[in-house]
Order: sequence, then C-alpha cells, then structure tokens
Amino acid sequence: MSNKVFAFVALAVALALAAVTQLIPNEYFFTAAYTVLLFVILATAWNILGGYTGYVNFGSAAFFAIGAYTTVFFYNAFKAPLAVGIVAGTLVAGLAGLGLGYLTLRLRGVFFAIASLALAVVLYVFVVNWDYVGGARGAYVLQPREIPFGMPRYIHLIYSVQLLMAAFALVVARAIEKSTMGRGLAAIRDDELAAECSGVPTLRLKIFSTMVSCALMGMAGTTFPYYLSYIEPSSAFSLSYAVNSIAMPLIGGMMSWMGPLIGAVLLGTVQQVVQVTVSSAWNLLIVGVLLVLFVTLAPNGIMGWVDAWRRRKGR
Amino acid sequence: MMIEALLEVKGVTKRFGGFTALDGVDFLVRPGERVGLIGPNGSGKSTLVNCIAGTLRNEEGSIRFEGEDICGHAAHRRIRMGLARSFQIPKPFASMTVLDNLCVPLLYAARKHEKLAPGRIVEEAVRILELVGLAGRAHAMSGGLTQVDMRKLELARAMAAKPKLLISDEAMAGLSASEVDDILALLFGLKEQGVAVIMIEHVMRAVMKFSERIAVLVAGRKIADGDPQAVVGNAEVVKAYLGE
Repeated sequence: MSNKVFAFVALAVALALAAVTQLIPNEYFFTAAYTVLLFVILATAWNILGGYTGYVNFGSAAFFAIGAYTTVFFYNAFKAPLAVGIVAGTLVAGLAGLGLGYLTLRLRGVFFAIASLALAVVLYVFVVNWDYVGGARGAYVLQPREIPFGMPRYIHLIYSVQLLMAAFALVVARAIEKSTMGRGLAAIRDDELAAECSGVPTLRLKIFSTMVSCALMGMAGTTFPYYLSYIEPSSAFSLSYAVNSIAMPLIGGMMSWMGPLIGAVLLGTVQQVVQVTVSSAWNLLIVGVLLVLFVTLAPNGIMGWVDAWRRRKGR
Repeated sequence: MMIEALLEVKGVTKRFGGFTALDGVDFLVRPGERVGLIGPNGSGKSTLVNCIAGTLRNEEGSIRFEGEDICGHAAHRRIRMGLARSFQIPKPFASMTVLDNLCVPLLYAARKHEKLAPGRIVEEAVRILELVGLAGRAHAMSGGLTQVDMRKLELARAMAAKPKLLISDEAMAGLSASEVDDILALLFGLKEQGVAVIMIEHVMRAVMKFSERIAVLVAGRKIADGDPQAVVGNAEVVKAYLGE
C-alpha cells in the first residue's frame, strides 16, 4: 500500500470512528478513549526513535509536557484556540527534540537514556518555577462554551481530535518505516558503525528521527490541558507517560508501526478497565507485570510473535 | 610515466592516550592495484584501516583519495566517494535478511555515484550475492549465518557500495583452504573490474598469491614496502615476525 493510500485509509477510519462513536451515550467512554488514544500517539512516537533507531528515550513525559504547556502558554498569552496550541506545541517539542538530539546523540546506549531522563527532570523543575504557566500551583484552561460540529460536550471534540492525531502519527511512522530512511534507521539500530561505513549519514538520521519522535509526543500533549481544564506539573510530567510509552511498543512489537498501536490499545484499555473496576493504584503494577511476562515469553512483542508464527506456517 | 595515486596516506600518526599506534605512516595505492598489508598483531594495521575509512581520526598527516583531502570527511562520505571496507569481526545488520543487508550500501552509497534506478537495487543485490555464493541464503536472517557466510556477507556488503578501493580486513582468518580460495577468487574478480584492493591478512599463502605489492607495519611504523618476494626476504621483516 502506498503512503498516500494508507494516509487516506487511516484518515477515513479515524473520521468514521469519530462519527460512529458519537452515538455512544456513556460519556465516560470518551474520557477513557481519550487516554488510550493519547498513549497510541506517545507509543507510536517513541517507537520512531526507540524501536526503529534503537535509542531508548526515558524523557517522553518531558515532550508530552512541552506540548501541554505550550498550549497553556498560548492560552494565557493570547487566549489562542486549540488548533494554535496543537501546531505550536508540536513545533516546540520538535525543536526541543532537535536540541536533545544535537547535544546527546553522540552518546550511545544507556548514556542517551540517562540524558533524556535528565532532560525531563530539568524541564520539570523549570515548569514548577515558571509562574506564568501556573508553576507548582497548576493552571486552568477553560474549555470554550461553543463546541463545533454539534457535539454535546468538549470531551467529544478533543477525543475526535486525538483520534485524528493518532491516525496522523501512524501515517508518519509508517511512511518513515517503509522509506529508504527507515532502512537506514534499522541499520543504525543493528550496528551503528557498520551503518556509517555503508554510507548511512548516521548523525543526521538520528537527529531527524529524534525530532519527529519528540514532535509527535508534544502533539499528544497539546490537547491535555483541555482534558480536565486544569494542568499541574506532576500530572503533566507523570512517570506513567515515560513508562507506558516504552512498555507499549515493547509489548506490541517495535519493528513496525502496528506494534505500538496494538500495545497501546491493549495496555491502555486494560489500564482503563482496571482503574474503574479494581483500583487506580494498580495501573503501573499491571504494566510492570505485563512487561516482565513479555520480555521473558515474547521478547519481540505481539507482532514479533505473529511474524515468527507466520514464518513457521510459511515453511 | 607517473601514475596518479588513488589513495595517498602521508605521515599519518594516531595516538591513543600515551600510546602511539601509528607513527608517521606513508602509504600509497594506485588505481586497480592489489596491495597486501601485513604485520604482527597490534602493529597498527586495523588502526590504519580505521583512519583511512574514517571511523578513527588521525592526529597528524594527510589522507587523500583521488587527490581530495578526506581527513575531515565522516565515514559515510568516504564510502560514497568509493572507499569501502569490510570489518575484521563481521558486523551484519542482524534484524535484516541477507538481501536487505546489501540494499543498505546500494541505497546509501552506490546510488550516489552509480545512478542505480530504485527498481534495480534488489536485482543488483542478488547479482552480488550470486558472486559471493550467498544467493541461496538471500532471504535468511543475517544474524543466523555461519561465521564463513558472515565473512562473505561482510565482503559482499563492501562490494555493494561499488567502491574504487576496497579494504578487506582479515576476511580469511579461520577459514579452510578451499574457502580461502573462494574469497581469493572473489577479490581477483574485483581487480578485473578495476577495483583496487588492500588486503590485510595473516594467511600468508593468500597474501603472497594475491598481492602485487606488500607493505609491512611493525609497532606503528612501516618497515618495508615493495615486491612481495623481496619484502618477505627482508631481514627486518623476518626479525619482526620471528625474532632474532
């Protein structure tokens, strides 16, 4: 399937899903589905750097928060509408990714992971002390009273927006994966020195994939302040974003765009169900248990398991 | 008549902390020439290769390829100019098939100067695999190859970059006599295509058979360079290898 066809299909599916689900009377569905979609974007974005290129980013929450706080900033400064926040947040997070990439991508393996984690801590402290966006107190972002397309509540709108953004993220991830660049990234993941000696401009590709990955993470966060109309640093920088955006691709499979999608839908849904039926404190515990299970039983995730099964069958 | 050098290494020095791995090495390769580079373990052969290929930076001296100073070029730019190397310890792209391994240099290096149409990449990869005798393994995962096949893949991947100069870094260590002959035939084939080859090798039979000229490195200095028979008879070379 060519990129154009896939983009068209993804857009059509997202629009159809958005339209059909509007009929669901239970409002909680939208709250829960919003969170799952948020994780779809985060996991897909993380996988561009983590899965395709092999660089583990522990700072997902930082880029998510950059997106969220860019929305807050533009809201405070200009009462800017959501669309402005989305575009600006994506760009700012992408620029931050470019910076992170430029400064740290000469570090290999665990050192890059630590640097990305450090960035999250630094940004957290920065936001806590930045009064204009609410500092430690947090900030209110009021949902507009008029909601387009005749939707009953604002959560319906940001759920639909999140759905479209998830489709966009998947289209980008798939396009990168199938391109010449995707092959170059895979070569970097397998052996960076051999990749460089095969003509792959490793530094440039790594910086680009970091930038795209971080921009998409930021995009996921731009709608977040509107979600609860309130945002404060410890929820925007929550550990759960960093952990989930790694765990979901790992469980779904890191080699293709489908893995993070499957992992995020599966893990995200389980978490939402458990949160309501059992207890909200169990969330991360479940992620931990599932991670241990998958790392030992299916180290290449669900997609890796499916591929191996297909190969066996094909023989 | 003076033949223009393809690769010209002049006074290259490389230090690791207080240790001088290469000490003012001069080295020259003409277009299409077959050069053997020998020396005891730790004499700096691989360091020299790394400096030429761009995976290490030399502190002093100059390296020119086709007359252009390439010391400031990153490794990926050097291979795009036509300077390819194979690794002593095979470094396959383990998550890819053997065929896809060759597509990486074909897409990223060969395409820059060969003007390969995108549709011909796979065709060309298959052709090279047939040449090295790996066609039957084209769709196998490269991580699961045997050591011998991995070495062949290593050479094939360097060949896929369509180089003007190929540096083969101990491609034959640990191979059987017939496998050595296979790889020798392969490297001779490259000569027919006008590709210059630097062969770094401990298998003396192969080096003697292959090389038009042999250079000897000992403790980071070049102690001999010339006709293979003369070099092997050189007293200093014998001393370096066998002691006094």
